[in-house]
Amino acid sequence: MLLNQFLILSAVLFAIGVYGVIARRNGVAVLMSIELILNAVNINLVAFSAMTGTLAGQVFALFVIAIAAAEVGVGLAIVLVIYRNRRSIDLDEVDLMRG
Amino acid sequence: MVGLLAQAGEAARLDTPEVEWTALAPVLVMIGGAVLLMVVAALAPRGSRVGWHAIVTIAVAVAAIATVVPQWNRVGDDGPFSVVAGSVGVDRFSLFLTVVICASVVIATLFTDGYLRREGLEGAEPYVLMLLSASGGLIMASANDLIVMFLGLEILSIAVYVLAGMHLRRVRSGEAAIKYFVLGAFSSAFFLYGVAMVYGATGSTNLVEVADFLARNTLADSGLLVAGFALLLVGFGFKVAAVPFHSWTPDVYQGSPTPIVSYMASGVKAAGFAGLLRVFVVTFGDYRLDWQPIVYWVAVLSLLVGAVLAVVQTDVKRAMAYSSINHAGFILMGVQAASDRGVSAALFYLAAYTFMVAGTFGVLTVVGRRGDGHHQLSDYAGLGRREPLLALALVVFLLAQAGTPLTSGFLAKFYVIDAAIESRSFWLALVAMLSAVISAFLYLRIILAMYGSSDDAETADGAAATAGPRLRVPAAAGIALVIAVVATIGIGLVPDPLSETARDATPELVASGD
Repeated sequence: MLLNQFLILSAVLFAIGVYGVIARRNGVAVLMSIELILNAVNINLVAFSAMTGTLAGQVFALFVIAIAAAEVGVGLAIVLVIYRNRRSIDLDEVDLMRG
Repeated sequence: MVGLLAQAGEAARLDTPEVEWTALAPVLVMIGGAVLLMVVAALAPRGSRVGWHAIVTIAVAVAAIATVVPQWNRVGDDGPFSVVAGSVGVDRFSLFLTVVICASVVIATLFTDGYLRREGLEGAEPYVLMLLSASGGLIMASANDLIVMFLGLEILSIAVYVLAGMHLRRVRSGEAAIKYFVLGAFSSAFFLYGVAMVYGATGSTNLVEVADFLARNTLADSGLLVAGFALLLVGFGFKVAAVPFHSWTPDVYQGSPTPIVSYMASGVKAAGFAGLLRVFVVTFGDYRLDWQPIVYWVAVLSLLVGAVLAVVQTDVKRAMAYSSINHAGFILMGVQAASDRGVSAALFYLAAYTFMVAGTFGVLTVVGRRGDGHHQLSDYAGLGRREPLLALALVVFLLAQAGTPLTSGFLAKFYVIDAAIESRSFWLALVAMLSAVISAFLYLRIILAMYGSSDDAETADGAAATAGPRLRVPAAAGIALVIAVVATIGIGLVPDPLSETARDATPELVASGD
């Protein structure tokens, strides 16, 4: 397969993820969109690793998976705190501070 | 079992990679101290009168600073070196920023102790998280590989997301945490995409190899690389709160617990700039014509937006958030110069700024009172009469932030503007001076509110009546304020030791020895 195909797949996933973070109001959906972006990067890393024949990219992808897990753990905890305090995880309603 | 052991005894010695643990000492001390504190605090009874959590935290941070001294001398004797297969570099740049980040932890810890007692939130967790976050900052400062840089960035950030939401009962604290988290994770993902692009363009994540590759080859199509630059800049720009990646800053600074903000504005910013300087100025130095214009405009926007929006705020904490954006613009001028002088100017600025901003937010912590909600400009009315010493400390910090001579802020601004002029960015220097004038208006407005005369007398009485008892300055916070005031004025009067140290602390990339 061509390298381009992987890069395009990754770019599409990245764009979907960015759209999700910006447009979705549900806190958990935003977390899922961030995961999507990180996985888009993983596809990139593995594709480049195969292209250049170096292992760094594959090792990095494993690190990214671990970091993504930690990030989602913390993110869900924060969403839970929000839910406890206001019985809703609609991020558009979280706007006490602005200006 | 016995047979296995015998077999192992006969087998040839395993060729394990050499790791020079002494070179990693600051990071190991911080992480080890954090884990130890967490375990001991879980076993010990809660709610003791002595703030031993804070004492242990300060001891750990000071121990980390102490481990820097022998390495500083070693780098002086043998030159910079890299360890762990060339993925961590030790040079005076990383050691300098290690000290800055650890100092910001010490000061923030002193403020946190009183804050946690006042809010009834005693526990070891904030200290553990702060130590872990700072260890991520130390990793960023010495990272010699983009993978390590990303890991440092995430260790730094994830702990701070939690710290921002530390005050569980305050809705605003949770709001600050979710906003910081969503935008932080978003920008980390951009950073990561940038790393992947640079990896694809150069075939390596090691900064030495990337710099070598860029020096030896001319890329026929540098699109991938430039896209990587842009995405990396988004990631760093977010961490240092530069416009247009600043939208989180006011909300997060306003909502987070105030002592944590003092750490965010000093330690996290220093770590972000550490990465920015090492990756862009050192590694991508040959391609500076591609990235300098972007940094130039980011700096201009940060300077202007930070100064102008700071002036129109009525919430002092929020105004300080915009002022920190303005300061990020000043430090970016040092980055934009892309010279040794620019780097040392940025380092001097970061060291001086750490003390003045940490002190500022320290005073805000005390004035915020129980509930951490009294941050309106009117809450400062008459502070000069009610709390003369506290008001005087705030005056020193604000004047330093405005860049008044005889304080550290003046020379900090002088050096970065000097570096910008040396690199022939005259308009940038002009914009910087203009923004300094605009933001001075904000600082003077707070000072005037504190010492307001005549027509403020009745409002001051009113404020005193509603404000109730006198402000209580905890002993630890008092010590931290004294340290910050002494450092701010001391650096202003005797700048040579710090400026010479900053001049020595040039970043260098060193390949692994083998």
